[in-house]
Amino acid sequence: MDLRYRSTATQTKVVFWGHRKADRFFSMRWNILTTVMAGFVLCTAAQAEVVLQVGYLSVFETLPPTLSNLDPEPADIGLAGAQTGLDDNATTGSFLGHSYDLTVRQLKEGEDPLSAATDLLAQSPFLIVDATADVLLTIADLPQAQGAIIFNAAAGDVTLRSADCRVNLLHSVPSDAMRTDALAQFFVSRRWDDLVMISGTHAQDLTYADAMRRSLTKFGLRLSGEKTWAFDADMRRAASQEVPLFTQDLGDYDVLILADEGHDFGRYVLYNTWYPRPVAGSEGLSALTWSPVIEQWGAAQLQSRFTAAHGRNMTGQDYAAWAAIRTLGEAVTRTNSADAATLRAYILSDDFALAGFKGRPLTYRAWNGQLRQPIALVHPRALVADAPLDGFLHQTNELDTLGLDRPESKCEAFE
Amino acid sequence: MIRTIVFAATCLASPALGGEIWVTNEKDNTVSVISTETLEVIHTYATGERPRGITFSRDYSRVYICASDSDAVQVMDPATGEILHDLPSGEDPEQFVLHPDDRHLYIANEDDAVTTVVDVESRKVVAQIDVGVEPEGMAVSPDGRIVITTSETTNMAHWIDAETQRIFANTLVDSRPRHAEFIHDGAQLWVSSEIGGSITVFNVADQTEMAKFSFEIQGVHPDRVQPVGFEFTADEKTAFVALGPSNHVAVVNAETFEVEEYILVGRRVWHMAFNDDKSLLFTTNGVSGDVTVIDVASRRAVKSIKVGRYPWGAAYRP
Repeated sequence: MDLRYRSTATQTKVVFWGHRKADRFFSMRWNILTTVMAGFVLCTAAQAEVVLQVGYLSVFETLPPTLSNLDPEPADIGLAGAQTGLDDNATTGSFLGHSYDLTVRQLKEGEDPLSAATDLLAQSPFLIVDATADVLLTIADLPQAQGAIIFNAAAGDVTLRSADCRVNLLHSVPSDAMRTDALAQFFVSRRWDDLVMISGTHAQDLTYADAMRRSLTKFGLRLSGEKTWAFDADMRRAASQEVPLFTQDLGDYDVLILADEGHDFGRYVLYNTWYPRPVAGSEGLSALTWSPVIEQWGAAQLQSRFTAAHGRNMTGQDYAAWAAIRTLGEAVTRTNSADAATLRAYILSDDFALAGFKGRPLTYRAWNGQLRQPIALVHPRALVADAPLDGFLHQTNELDTLGLDRPESKCEAFE
Repeated sequence: MIRTIVFAATCLASPALGGEIWVTNEKDNTVSVISTETLEVIHTYATGERPRGITFSRDYSRVYICASDSDAVQVMDPATGEILHDLPSGEDPEQFVLHPDDRHLYIANEDDAVTTVVDVESRKVVAQIDVGVEPEGMAVSPDGRIVITTSETTNMAHWIDAETQRIFANTLVDSRPRHAEFIHDGAQLWVSSEIGGSITVFNVADQTEMAKFSFEIQGVHPDRVQPVGFEFTADEKTAFVALGPSNHVAVVNAETFEVEEYILVGRRVWHMAFNDDKSLLFTTNGVSGDVTVIDVASRRAVKSIKVGRYPWGAAYRP
């Protein structure tokens, strides 16, 4: 599927009007706005027009089957966030003579990600990618990608921020390590220092479990037991019988961690453990990029804007794509340029700050291109805490207590 | 005889002392009314949902309240707390400013990227002006000719000509502008940027930036020092700036733009209002659910007053 969105100011307005509640003023608004818009056109025509073209590529991935069908993944996950970011950029751009274009390719099974990426990079050096780490790296290593700015908006793999980093690759999505460090800080603050973990067998479960082990070591916590979930029974029938027995031999502990990033078995573990203990990780208390329960710091506005446009809640993957396109928008606004080298230099400079509805300015780590950001600790009904937690100090930026700090990262491409 | 004298003395003294600070409680759907004399809450009145911006008519006979989630500006009789009627406001009104003509309210519609102009007498929408994403801060020049809307995600001050209701200039500021005020008879405009951590001062005549300054509190990371609301002393030589989650109010020399002092207040300080003679300053502290009273002369917090949940706006009534 190949789609193109041109989000000029006028078109953006039409999108908003579709769901306006205050219809009684509609006709008056229209007239006034038309006049005002005419004014903008006159004002902005004199300024040099800057057009930023951005590509968006989502690579098909076969998801492993899950026990429950309760939460199907939205077809536009990630893309919807990019579109909301595009609208935000376009509104700002309408006052400055800047416009934004998004060319979207959502690949079907069997379509070649490299040729799609090559096509998109031929049109623009700005590319947002939703793909696994290995595909992402082959895209970043394409000859056409040299000098480009590629945003990783989906892969949490720690290695992408370390030995496998690339100079043309920025990460708007947090690393797994940022999310597991956030949970570890919470365990420390509650003095829950004896942990056990159950991991799934899929690749993303294993990378998450690795990140969690690293975080527990980093914050001086003890992992006193580990098990692998390799059952193939349907837990909707048997959870109450299976899980107590399965967790019995873990012994006593403070918190049970689940590494089940595909959300397969984890939901059946809660309230069925042998000991009455909290569950955290992929289920229960989770450390997330974004969640519908975040409402402080103006987040309620972003949530309602997103929900009105897309008819569903905003996920972490939507947020990462939103942050990627807003990063570009912010850089264009401040530099008045659409040149990749100019924008990259600005994005990685001390002058850059993205207001990301997380209560602090978001900036990029100069050593590996990771977007620094607070991580929300949530359960499905409320925000529990915001990491970094109080008391976790850092000599330069408290946000660098989450994920790979400069000495921890083996990335050399940014030096 | 003695009783009469005491009574007379009370009567003489009370007009100067009997002021009130009205505070909107965002997550309680109420306003708290604080006596500037006793420094206690004397009334709590119900409002629409998520009350935020609050301002009085020029003769203080009406109080206007942005009930954001009710999509209305409510008009209340401050003598009784009775809601008289709603004004059309557009969607999600957050903050507003009353034009010096006492008739036109300029309302920031946060969810809509629009500034709505409402005639409070005819109760009709006069104009809607497209602005940037998440408009919030509102200000009007003393001569009534210029209205400012700041937009939080677009990071601009939009300069609106109040006669034509059209934008005549847009000026970029640091991230997430929250509040704007004119001083020196409209010669200067100050705009606070919450995430940028700065205040930008504009020369109104040509909309150029004359100064920009930021804040530094020992022991608080700069990211947490987030300027939001601010107010000026009567001589306009000193500004008090609420610094959000740093839980401090800065005292700024408005001539040199140097910060002279930081005053510890409640948690996540938002907005503020002075009493009648500007000897006391009342700050709304969103997270701690209270109002801090600052003695302006000594620059000390003298009392905190519990109000409703998430106090947001503040306005003075004699």
